[in-house]
Amino acid sequence: MFDLKDLYQEVIVDHNRSPRNFGKLAGADRMLEGFNPLCGDRLTLYLKLADGRIADISFDGTGCAISIASASLMTDAMKGKTTAEAETIFNQFHELVTATRADPDLEKFGKLAALAGVREYPTRVKCATLCWHTLHTALTSDQTTVTTE
Amino acid sequence: MTSKGTAARYQAGPPAFDVEAVRADFPILSRQVHGKPLVYLDNAATSQKPAQVIEAVDHYYRHYNANIHRGVHTLSAEATAAYEAARHKVRDFLNAGSDKEIIFVRGATEAINLVAQTFGRSTLKGGDEIIISTMEHHSNIVPWQLLCEQTGAVLRVIPINDKGELIMEAYEKLLSERTRIVSIVHISNALGTVVPVKAVIEKAHQRGAVVLVDGAQAVPHASCDVQALDCDFYVFSSHKLFGPTGVGALYGKQRLLEQMPPYQGGGDMIKMVTFARTEYNDLPYKFEAGTPNIAGAIGLGAALDYVNRIGLAAIAGYEQDLLAYGTAALQEVPGLRLIGTAPDKASILSFVLDGIHPHDIGTILDHEGVAIRTGHHCAMPVMDFFRVPATARASLAFYNTHAEIDTLVRAVFNARKIFAK
Repeated sequence: MFDLKDLYQEVIVDHNRSPRNFGKLAGADRMLEGFNPLCGDRLTLYLKLADGRIADISFDGTGCAISIASASLMTDAMKGKTTAEAETIFNQFHELVTATRADPDLEKFGKLAALAGVREYPTRVKCATLCWHTLHTALTSDQTTVTTE
Repeated sequence: MTSKGTAARYQAGPPAFDVEAVRADFPILSRQVHGKPLVYLDNAATSQKPAQVIEAVDHYYRHYNANIHRGVHTLSAEATAAYEAARHKVRDFLNAGSDKEIIFVRGATEAINLVAQTFGRSTLKGGDEIIISTMEHHSNIVPWQLLCEQTGAVLRVIPINDKGELIMEAYEKLLSERTRIVSIVHISNALGTVVPVKAVIEKAHQRGAVVLVDGAQAVPHASCDVQALDCDFYVFSSHKLFGPTGVGALYGKQRLLEQMPPYQGGGDMIKMVTFARTEYNDLPYKFEAGTPNIAGAIGLGAALDYVNRIGLAAIAGYEQDLLAYGTAALQEVPGLRLIGTAPDKASILSFVLDGIHPHDIGTILDHEGVAIRTGHHCAMPVMDFFRVPATARASLAFYNTHAEIDTLVRAVFNARKIFAK
């Protein structure tokens, strides 16, 4: 049986209560809205790109602890990364929370590893991945809205 | 020896509601979730089924599965008789005037779409108005929006107050000679509010408008008399009334149903077909094209028998007691706000908790075996009105207990503890 504490780790509770990089980003050159129509979670991602890198990134919106903490941790992890690096982390993170690999190497995920518990909660995976899909779309297409459905 | 005891027992009035006896009828209530006894508080989404319903469906498939209204063989005759007996039970349950006024559909959603696309589409024109309320389920909003797009009719919305009650004065102002249809919820799924539909209907009729009542949440809690209400249409789903999914009923006044064009074409809804001309069948078959959900209808009939045996008055009395107990208990939780506080309410407890999103509450409660609904409850305009993205909703049925409410409240306290890190 899974322990609830594996899902609501201290890092998650903390990032939910005081999300990092929260709020509009002045001078953002990319803005994208992510929406989960099933639960109503809605967030907007702001990006400043320079020389193929994510120079700055922020988000705002409403959602559950998992989606807010995920966005907070993601924006922290993405600052300064090249778009290619960001795509690699996106793919690795997706693997981590959808449990496609049985025994993930949590070390390489740093703080993001706090979200690994989501893999035991199939109904909550979309909460954790909403901001990631939004970022992926922001970096790879011209869409203005992303939905989980 | 026993006479004194017996007398004392009967002097106490009607026997107390025996919740443990009722629970024994529902096989699912003995299962465990995450190692804890299931506490099922998501009855407004769908109710659990008593063994009597499960067995009625099973018995049909094992012993007399056949198509209805066609074969001359024994099985077909038995299946037809059981299906039509179920229709008669629905008629009795709603106190409709005739079996012809009961149409079997897939559920309340299909019933509303049927009325919109037949009655609505054949009678409305540009500038006509349809009135609904802020607390409608999406199924009583979107079919009318579609109809408005098709006909040029205009949708008007009755506002609600902070308790979640309909504002009747505003409704009266919306009514005019342009009003053609009023489609109103009987009991709100998101708030539990009981809407004074009789008054709504009377005022609509004074303006010559036709009224549809969405009874999906009402039928499990309160008896309904369509003749006393004088509603023109009444709709409900079987699965919220302890019956199978995929079946429900539309009540319509015979005079209106006769005027309405068919909904879908196919077998069973015709008397005679040639390539030149088709003659439609009589009521209610005109609206039942194709092989219906025979097992579902039979299961619904069994569910009605079950509810009648317990009695809706006894059910309502017990549920109101549970609701009062749950309301008081939840209000003890610091930072908890009930959404929907109308004095006249069914056993629905919608709430939000400071600093904890409803989805997190839902996951934490699930770990205690407590099943609730979290989200917008297919009533996004209600969420917008109360300025919340979602709520947590515990919806109670007559098989729930006071001890289960205690478990719910304990689990909510636990959620606060987890988030107090």
